[in-house]
Amino acid sequence: MKRFLMSFCALAFFGGAVFLWITRADTLQADTLEGLTADATLGEAVFHASGCASCHTAPGAEASDTPLLAGGQKFPSDFGTFVAPNISPDPKHGIGGWTATDLANAMLRGVSPEGQHYYPAFPYASYIRMQPQDVVNLHAFLATLPASVTPSQPHEVGFPFNIRRSVGGWKWLYLNDNWIMPASTEQLERGRYIVEAMGHCGECHTPRNVLGAMDQSAWLTGAPDPSGKGTIPNITPAELSWSDADLTYYFETGFTPDFDSAGGHMAHVVENLARLTPEDREAVTAYLKALP
Amino acid sequence: MKRTFALTTLTAVLTLVGATAFADDHIDSAIKARQAQMQLYAFSLGTLGAMAKGDVDYDAAAASAAADNLAAVTMLHPGAFWPQGSDSASNDKTRAKADMWSNFPDVQAKGMALGEAAVAMKAAAGTDLAALRGAIGAVGGACGACHKAYREPAN
Repeated sequence: MKRFLMSFCALAFFGGAVFLWITRADTLQADTLEGLTADATLGEAVFHASGCASCHTAPGAEASDTPLLAGGQKFPSDFGTFVAPNISPDPKHGIGGWTATDLANAMLRGVSPEGQHYYPAFPYASYIRMQPQDVVNLHAFLATLPASVTPSQPHEVGFPFNIRRSVGGWKWLYLNDNWIMPASTEQLERGRYIVEAMGHCGECHTPRNVLGAMDQSAWLTGAPDPSGKGTIPNITPAELSWSDADLTYYFETGFTPDFDSAGGHMAHVVENLARLTPEDREAVTAYLKALP
Repeated sequence: MKRTFALTTLTAVLTLVGATAFADDHIDSAIKARQAQMQLYAFSLGTLGAMAKGDVDYDAAAASAAADNLAAVTMLHPGAFWPQGSDSASNDKTRAKADMWSNFPDVQAKGMALGEAAVAMKAAAGTDLAALRGAIGAVGGACGACHKAYREPAN
């Protein structure tokens, strides 16, 4: 009996240790950003390509070159409703006190400066593919935006998803920085970087499994709208037959080939894409056209 | 007495059913009318957009005519097309969110923005292709601003 108890305790201890190891908040190596210098001008393009303003401006805010990232937009999901936080440069209510390393750990690892997991509603499962240099540049650009003193609101997430530690298990299962599609030319590589990393297109256009991870075998083939109403379209060539010119024009103006216009969250995305270079919009088109 | 009561009830019920049917018909035709208005926008924009994209050669007269029509359609009085009860929560033929009816000043401002963009297009379309290209972005932005806030996703 005593022996059984001892084995049981040893096993429980071992199991507990494995659990803690799996669910730990894993940050970047300390020297990841070493030697990188910030360029806020380049960071502006990263900001638009990464779509920060689409989610972090207040609900109903107008598009702007210098948006107020006060937060407050709500994102319903099967796991609860997530509320985008204030990421303006205010040191108390925003992220003005963050170092570039803090931002890199948030975007590339989903870990807060306090060492807590973020929920993957924040699309670090895509951003993880970004270059640290781009995060450093973005950090410098974010500091140039206006500050907001609006406090961030808590997420409306119930048990068991309110246990942040469990996100560590989710990351262990699903978080990786592998590219999803091959890219054989420089243009396809650029398109892939915008679609799979910065633009995080897959977060809405790819269906999710029961634990809310993107099903990479059905990459960009469309998904139910998380609001519960309507569908986010399949954007692979199997379903989307628009010409290259039509796609690129849509990214610039929001006009579909029959001159309807983008609506809902995609209208935000078009506002971002319209601020990129024509070459970048063409690269996104090339990537989408090359999808299986 | 009993019979009078029954008749009155029957009449009341029939009137109610009739009124509901009328209201539904009325709302359905209002939805159709405003969707037709959107089609008219799209048709004129198709002419202007084909030139902007380079699908067809620039033609000042055709561009001006399309821009005039676009601007004319923005000037229609909207009230009758958007009756109470014609939102997506009440009627499955529309994707117009109920928020439109509770944020009227914002909807009006967005409508005005479209009108201004269309007037600017009217001035630009006959000038040259560069001016047309410059003006169409603002029209797209105005379309998108309203669709962003007030249109449900498609099925």
